[in-house]
Amino acid sequence: MSGIAFWPPAASEVAAGVDAIVIAMLAISGAIVLLVAALLLGFAIRYRRGSAARRGELPELIQKEVEVGWTAATAFLAMFLFAWASIAVLGGQRGDPDALEIHILARQWMWKARHPDGAREIDALHLPRGEPVRLVMRSEDVIHSFYVPSFRLKQDVLPGRMTQLSLKPTQTGEFPLFCAEYCGTLHSRMLGKVVVMEPEDYARWRAAQPQADDLAREGRALFESVGCSGCHAPASRVHAPELRGLYGRQVALADGSVRRADEAYLRDSILQPRRDIAAGYEPVMPPFAGILGEGELQAILAYLMSMPARGASPGEPRNMSSEP
Amino acid sequence: MSGGALREPWHSLRRQREAASFGMWLFLASEALLFGGLILAFIATRWFHPAAFAAAGREADIVYGTANTLLLLTSSLTMAVGAQAARAELPRLAGRALGLTLALGLAFLCLKGLEWRADLAKGLWPGPGFALEQPAARIAFAFYWLLTGLHGLHLLGGLSAIAWLAGQAVLGRRPWRSPAFEAAALYWHLIDVVWMFLYPLLYLDGRAA
Amino acid sequence: MSELAAGRVRPAEGPAEPWPDNYLTAEQGLGSWLLTTDHKRIALLYMATLLAFFVIGGFGAVMIRLELFTPEQDLMTADAYNRMFTLHGTVMVWFFLVPSIPNTLGNFLLPLMIGARDLAFPRVNLLSWYLFVGAGLLLVVALVAGGVDTGWTFYTPFSTMFSNGYVLLAALAVILAGFSSIATGLNFIATVHLLRAPGMHWFRLPLLVWALYGTSVVMVLATPVLAASLLLIVAERAFGLPVFDPAQGGDPLLFQHLFWFYSHPAVYIMILPSFGVISEIVTCFARRRIFGYTFMVYAILWIAVVGFLVWGHHMFVSGQSLFTSLVFSFLSFVIAVPSAIKVFNWTFTLYRGQITFEAPMLYALGFIGLFTLGGLTGLFLAAIPIDVHVTDTYFVVAHFHFIMVGGAVTALYGGLSFWWPKITGRLYPEGWARFAAILMFFGFAFTFFPMFVMGFAGMPRRYAAYPPEFQIWHVMSSCGAVLLAAAYLLPMAYLTFSLFRGARATDDPWDATGLEWRTASPPPRGNFGVLPVVAEGPYLYHPEAEGPHHSEREPHQNQGGNL
Ligand code: HEA
Ligand code: HEA
Ligand code: HEC
Ligand code: CUA
Ligand SMILES: [Cu+2]
Repeated sequence: MSGIAFWPPAASEVAAGVDAIVIAMLAISGAIVLLVAALLLGFAIRYRRGSAARRGELPELIQKEVEVGWTAATAFLAMFLFAWASIAVLGGQRGDPDALEIHILARQWMWKARHPDGAREIDALHLPRGEPVRLVMRSEDVIHSFYVPSFRLKQDVLPGRMTQLSLKPTQTGEFPLFCAEYCGTLHSRMLGKVVVMEPEDYARWRAAQPQADDLAREGRALFESVGCSGCHAPASRVHAPELRGLYGRQVALADGSVRRADEAYLRDSILQPRRDIAAGYEPVMPPFAGILGEGELQAILAYLMSMPARGASPGEPRNMSSEP
Repeated sequence: MSGGALREPWHSLRRQREAASFGMWLFLASEALLFGGLILAFIATRWFHPAAFAAAGREADIVYGTANTLLLLTSSLTMAVGAQAARAELPRLAGRALGLTLALGLAFLCLKGLEWRADLAKGLWPGPGFALEQPAARIAFAFYWLLTGLHGLHLLGGLSAIAWLAGQAVLGRRPWRSPAFEAAALYWHLIDVVWMFLYPLLYLDGRAA
Repeated sequence: MSELAAGRVRPAEGPAEPWPDNYLTAEQGLGSWLLTTDHKRIALLYMATLLAFFVIGGFGAVMIRLELFTPEQDLMTADAYNRMFTLHGTVMVWFFLVPSIPNTLGNFLLPLMIGARDLAFPRVNLLSWYLFVGAGLLLVVALVAGGVDTGWTFYTPFSTMFSNGYVLLAALAVILAGFSSIATGLNFIATVHLLRAPGMHWFRLPLLVWALYGTSVVMVLATPVLAASLLLIVAERAFGLPVFDPAQGGDPLLFQHLFWFYSHPAVYIMILPSFGVISEIVTCFARRRIFGYTFMVYAILWIAVVGFLVWGHHMFVSGQSLFTSLVFSFLSFVIAVPSAIKVFNWTFTLYRGQITFEAPMLYALGFIGLFTLGGLTGLFLAAIPIDVHVTDTYFVVAHFHFIMVGGAVTALYGGLSFWWPKITGRLYPEGWARFAAILMFFGFAFTFFPMFVMGFAGMPRRYAAYPPEFQIWHVMSSCGAVLLAAAYLLPMAYLTFSLFRGARATDDPWDATGLEWRTASPPPRGNFGVLPVVAEGPYLYHPEAEGPHHSEREPHQNQGGNL
């Protein structure tokens, strides 16, 4: 990419839709600007002092009608634009459950990505063309924002909470990745590139990555070393819930409500266990906020989410990806 | 600061009085939003961590809190009497009522000081060595300190204003009919009303069950 | 000089003609200025202070544009750049644009326009200036001590836990400046309610008064929330009271909600007064009654009220729920309607007018064009799918500069040239003024239009260094800024010149209606000899420029030349 940036390539599924709305808005506002300019200049010239144009009062009634007329017209136009734009986002919202899930960890001032089987990269993100992808993003420190202009997509990445971005790349190539939320000294250096490849190439690329320690495996080790297993292992003397197969299940809480054990729930249960106490247990679990680093937490989460329900072989992590 | 209560740009005392109370109402609206914003932030955070906030509420010292509520309510009454008496030019009554208000306000501040000291002793400052273990309880106490502190500052401001006005009036430098007394009374009632919101939020939470 | 222009000059009665007693000469000495409770003098105090801050903010802009001339970050360190745009944003917003029109023109004109001797609380007015100066000094201390690097938005947790700038001082300065604007706001509201001249009922108020009234309501109700949100930051930074700390379960987005709850209404604080100024200028130079007066009034109130309900449109990509975003998007489109009413009404005020093109009118026409562009791009931002792409890029930077600089600052210059003869009793060289107005329009477009293009192409904001493919746009922008700076400095030069060498203006050099023109230029200390009584609505101009001057007309007499 060099030369002059004018109109970025449209390389994701939503990009074409966004461009269509932009072009329509450009046309409409262009027309409005022309109208206003023509009226301003036209009147200014025709009714300049001393010109021969006809003058005099307008009947009050006409004034009111004109006024109501353009109020209604702009209100209508505004509502039309709102409706159109909103339908576009509502349409784009459908997340695909089988999407390729990639974890993004942002920190001052770099992007870390982790692919399903543990392949990791920094300040770069490889994606297969034509496949739905879900980016699950967190920040270790301040707010960042994941921005790929060619995808027409952007999502803030927050500390202490995860945000998601669903997308489907439609064009192979290299596209710049920016951090769009101001995050301190080197905000303008928090750059990266997104490389979209044909699915086969992507699979090959992923396989060729140095075999990083499988994240869930790493999580399992941590589960032991940090002390979780002291309570949560089946043999433990502490009365603590069984965590195998917990992910995705409905959990009854002590306050009578029921929640789905999604990733956010697991996360909260580890960082701030007092927030939602599982029914039938004493709130003895210590909070791990400040003890576990974000990376460790992600590993443990990956481990918990990889544990199959009762019956399957215990403790052997399963890959969480939709990949074969 | 002449003997007359009328000032530029007003033509009549009635209008000027109207302006003083109108201006004060506007200021109160503004103050209400200042506390409103903070209270809203409190409620929003509490919504995410009800248990921690309830635990924090249980730690707050309800005896001091309730005593202070009573003091402040009474002081609002005496302030109202004082302002009306000032307007009716009853210097003795006005002076006494205002004096009583000052005393009650000071008592509030003293109790508050004692309470803060007790809180610190109990380790309720959300720094190192904080007494409660839920992380969000720190946030609850952050709000506690901030809100009671800000309220205390407002109270101090109100006390100084009343003391100054009353002092001037007693020394004869300000006519008792000055609209300032009513304005001060309005402000004092606001401080009272704000406390009426803070009391249940900070002290009563988590005590029902 | 045409015969029109000749009518503006007070015929010289000899070189030594004494000034009639006026507010400038009523008292002498520094003390008489620093302790004055005269709204006109306080307006001048504000003017001097704001000029200083405009220069500081302008210095920030110059440094930003210099750095961005090349893609590499070569002029200053990344930290210095971050401090520069934070300085530029905070100073320009809180220490220049928010108080600009209300505290200079508004302070000067509001009592004059409604026929009052002063504002309702003259001493509160002076207090507000001192608060403002105190706040300004605090900010200058923060800047000299090392600056702040949070951006004008102070987002948490960066501002609370990571920034190593003087966030605390800056936040306190902004809080203090906020109290100054609250003081001004409630003073204006009380004045409009209680001090209108006999016969000046609500629907006879000039639109500038309405605009200031709307602005004041927003100031009084929104500013305390800014104070609240910044207080939370102060509490966290100074006393370690964690409120936004994610590790404790605090929510960083809470701050954004509180901040924008103030800062969106604040953008209307910055634009409503210019709406008022433009209405005064357009009617005067079109010699036409404003088209749709009542609609204009309701539009102001509509903007002031709905302005409180759209803050979430700054947070479309922050992680707030889609439903919330849709509601805010909807309301943002709703608020475009009253602005549209205003634009169309100004345009139609020209219809059947007797238009002349003095400098204030040129500024006003430029304003309408630039505001329309800025406002329409606001609609792009209000549309969620587009905003997701362009938020936090130069598209947003261009949007708000179009409205705030192309709009509000142009209106400020227009208003200053319009009321300069009233304020100082002097006329400035008209030719230079017209040239500056035109230069400002083109310099502005040249500076900021390229930002739309590069923003859409993906250039993120707050970047000290950027990919080279954006350079061409940045170079254009930096070159435009030179023209723009010249256009801003020029009026400062000729206005200053006019103070010493300008011709003496008559009381009503533009033949305008409005009570402020019915007293001497400059006005006496008490504004009016005999307080006026009002018997007619605003803007009774003659389309034919015939018939008696408005002040000599019988009450309720129609506009002349009714065909
Ligand atoms: C004076 C300042 C001012 C004003 C008046 C406005 C007015 C508007 N603004 Fe702007 N805005 C800012 C200053 C201002 N803004 C600033 C400073 C920021 C960035 C802050 C930061 O992040 O640092 C911002 C950011 C901003 C955003 C967030 C962008 C982002 O960060 O992602 C949005 C999104 O909706 C927005 C929308 C609007 C809208 C819809 C209006 C409307 O009020 C505009 C209405 C006007 C018109 C529409 C034009 C006239 C109408 C016609 C000629 C008729 C035709 C109309 C129709 C068809 C409806 N603005
Ligand atoms: C409210 C008013 C306001 C005004 C008037 C301006 C005026 C200008 N602004 Fe700014 N601007 C903001 C409000 C304003 N801005 C805000 C709120 C931000 C966001 C900050 C943030 O991200 O936190 C911003 C950000 C901002 C950026 C983006 C920075 C970034 O994201 O990295 C840029 C870049 O070009 C810019 C440029 C300019 C220019 C060229 C002018 C020109 O119009 C200025 C021209 C004026 C002068 C040049 C002054 C005249 C000269 C003098 C008085 C003499 C002094 C000169 C010297 C000492 C050399 N502004
Ligand atoms: C001192 C014992 C103890 C330790 C150590 C401990 N836990 Fe727990 N944990 C419990 C108890 C008791 C509960 C049930 C009460 C509750 O929900 O808080 C629980 C609940 C949970 C839950 C929610 C389960 C549900 O059904 O709602 C998760 C997830 C969890 N723990 C994960 C972990 C992880 C991961 C670690 C290590 C980093 C860990 N725990 C360490 C005792 C412990
Ligand atoms: Cu990370 Cu900006
Ligand atoms: Cu906004």
